[in-house]
Amino acid sequence: MTTTAGRSTTTGRTGTAVRPGARRAQNRDTRNALLFISPWIVGFLVFTLWPVLQSAWLSMTDYDVLHAARWVGWDNYVELVQDPKVAMSMGNTLLFTVLEVPAHVAVSLALALLLDRAGRASGFFRTVFFLPKMTPAVAVGALFLLVFNGQDGLVNRALALVGIDGPAWTTDPAWVKPGLVVMSLWTVGASVVIFLAALRAVPRDLLESATLDGAGPWARTRSITLPLISPSIFFVTVVSTIAAFQTFTESYTAFFGASSSAYGNDAALFYSIYLFQQGFEYLHMGFASAMAWVLFLVVLVVTLVQVRVSRRLVHYEGGE
Amino acid sequence: MSADTLTGGTSSPDTSLPAGAGPVPPRQVRTGATRRPRTGGRRPWARALTVVALTLCAVVFLYPFVWLVSASFKPRSQVFDNALVPRTFTLDNYVAIWQSAPMGLWIANTLLVTVLATAAVTITSAMVAWGFAYYRFPGRNALFGLVLATMMLPGAVTMIPTFMIWNALGQSGTLTPLWAGNLFASAFYVFLLRQFFLGLPRDTFEAAKIDGANDLRLFWSVALPLCRPALVVTALFEAQASWTDLMKPLIYLRDSTTFTIPRGLKAMVDQFGFGGEFHWELIVTASVITTVPMIVLFFVGQRQFVDGIATTGTKG
Repeated sequence: MTTTAGRSTTTGRTGTAVRPGARRAQNRDTRNALLFISPWIVGFLVFTLWPVLQSAWLSMTDYDVLHAARWVGWDNYVELVQDPKVAMSMGNTLLFTVLEVPAHVAVSLALALLLDRAGRASGFFRTVFFLPKMTPAVAVGALFLLVFNGQDGLVNRALALVGIDGPAWTTDPAWVKPGLVVMSLWTVGASVVIFLAALRAVPRDLLESATLDGAGPWARTRSITLPLISPSIFFVTVVSTIAAFQTFTESYTAFFGASSSAYGNDAALFYSIYLFQQGFEYLHMGFASAMAWVLFLVVLVVTLVQVRVSRRLVHYEGGE
Repeated sequence: MSADTLTGGTSSPDTSLPAGAGPVPPRQVRTGATRRPRTGGRRPWARALTVVALTLCAVVFLYPFVWLVSASFKPRSQVFDNALVPRTFTLDNYVAIWQSAPMGLWIANTLLVTVLATAAVTITSAMVAWGFAYYRFPGRNALFGLVLATMMLPGAVTMIPTFMIWNALGQSGTLTPLWAGNLFASAFYVFLLRQFFLGLPRDTFEAAKIDGANDLRLFWSVALPLCRPALVVTALFEAQASWTDLMKPLIYLRDSTTFTIPRGLKAMVDQFGFGGEFHWELIVTASVITTVPMIVLFFVGQRQFVDGIATTGTKG
């Protein structure tokens, strides 16, 4: 503590003359800072650190709330590898993520590019695109069942207008995930806002001089705009990937819970849903904890790969 | 980015967050004076094409909304018809839903949870953010790194042990677990608010200190009022998050009298949707009731929502 005492003198006091006083001030600052931070410290210890340790331990036990946990070593992890539903739900989640994230980034970027060119009307359209984001995910799940209904849903009615006989989105295993992806694109509003803010920060004179040099709109977008907003593209990609890996509410609302017996659809069984079922419906809490750690590792690895790849693709100003 | 942050915080403290790119550029754009020449004067047809494309997209985005609200006023037999104006207008669904489910109770539960969760997380996160932003103390950066690191942890990892804590405290089955965790601040908001505090001019606080304000007063009467825009963003984000949450109610609530609206809506989908009695008109109506407060929230704080999201994006 003594070594850092000098750092606390913020307003140009000379260190040598007031050193004892400064040290006292530093101690008081440290005490006050810790008081202000204390809610987080308590929360971290009780609701993060302890649960993390507990969860790691639980993943090595059989625990069902009613009986004491029983140590089983790595059994849950072995079981997990052998459980076909774990593999299936992970496969579903990976496929959903691979479909959703690129579509999410492409659609929100396209909308933002349009908005950026819309002049005064952009405020209105931005509101329109953002509004669906306010819809509670449960309502989105319910809406999915209605709008994507195979016979009477809006989507298939719209497709019928152009002569396409739409699939049974909510019951045909091959079409459930594409349907959920399309539904999720309805709520890209937040990403649109992020991209629009990034686009507005692109220096105008850069685009203008490119125009004078004869660059067309496409060349300008590709060589100037996209590189300059690449940090935002990276951010949206990472965040939406993490979200896609944990997708739960929309699909759970539409296909699982008390209604699962009738139409519970294996194609919509995402990893988080199976984890929730194992933990809170079958009370296999040890097994569910093991599943949670596997999810953590998968998400961590995917994020690290994205960070690694981004080093080559993302342009940070002042970098090079 | 820090230069922008300063101007955002000092010259117009009441307008918006100190977004790096958020609040400042859009306003310049809207005046029209600094518009890029390429879209306006030179190629009016390009602008027209843009507006047409945007309008088409807007119809796609709005249609499900309008259809949903409209369907809630249709009788059961017409719910799936495509008419945006109901052929037969009826309030029966709203009456029926009030009779078939404890709607009033669900709304009250959700309001209570939302208010407590929002107040708790906003105040404590501001405290923690202030602790990290104003003071210099040994280990500060490492500790703040830890705050950021906790954001990487998927909720699934802590979900079960957290349930065990509330269960051991006898709170499972009550509304407490839905909000009380918010008394301990939240990493994301701490990050957001700290960023804002750092953008405020330090002289203000030194001056207040010289005038004799103690540390608590400095935070409560000087820093917090200056931080109002960021507090509003935090409160709006959290109000939305806790109003719409399904996971925690699924974990903790069993008795239908304790349900929040999303949990109630899920119960209605189970009862009246697939595998149930096929009363889609009730599901539609419950969806509208669940959604409308969020739409109101958005229109109340639209600018803060948009600026807040833009900030989180440009800080990344």
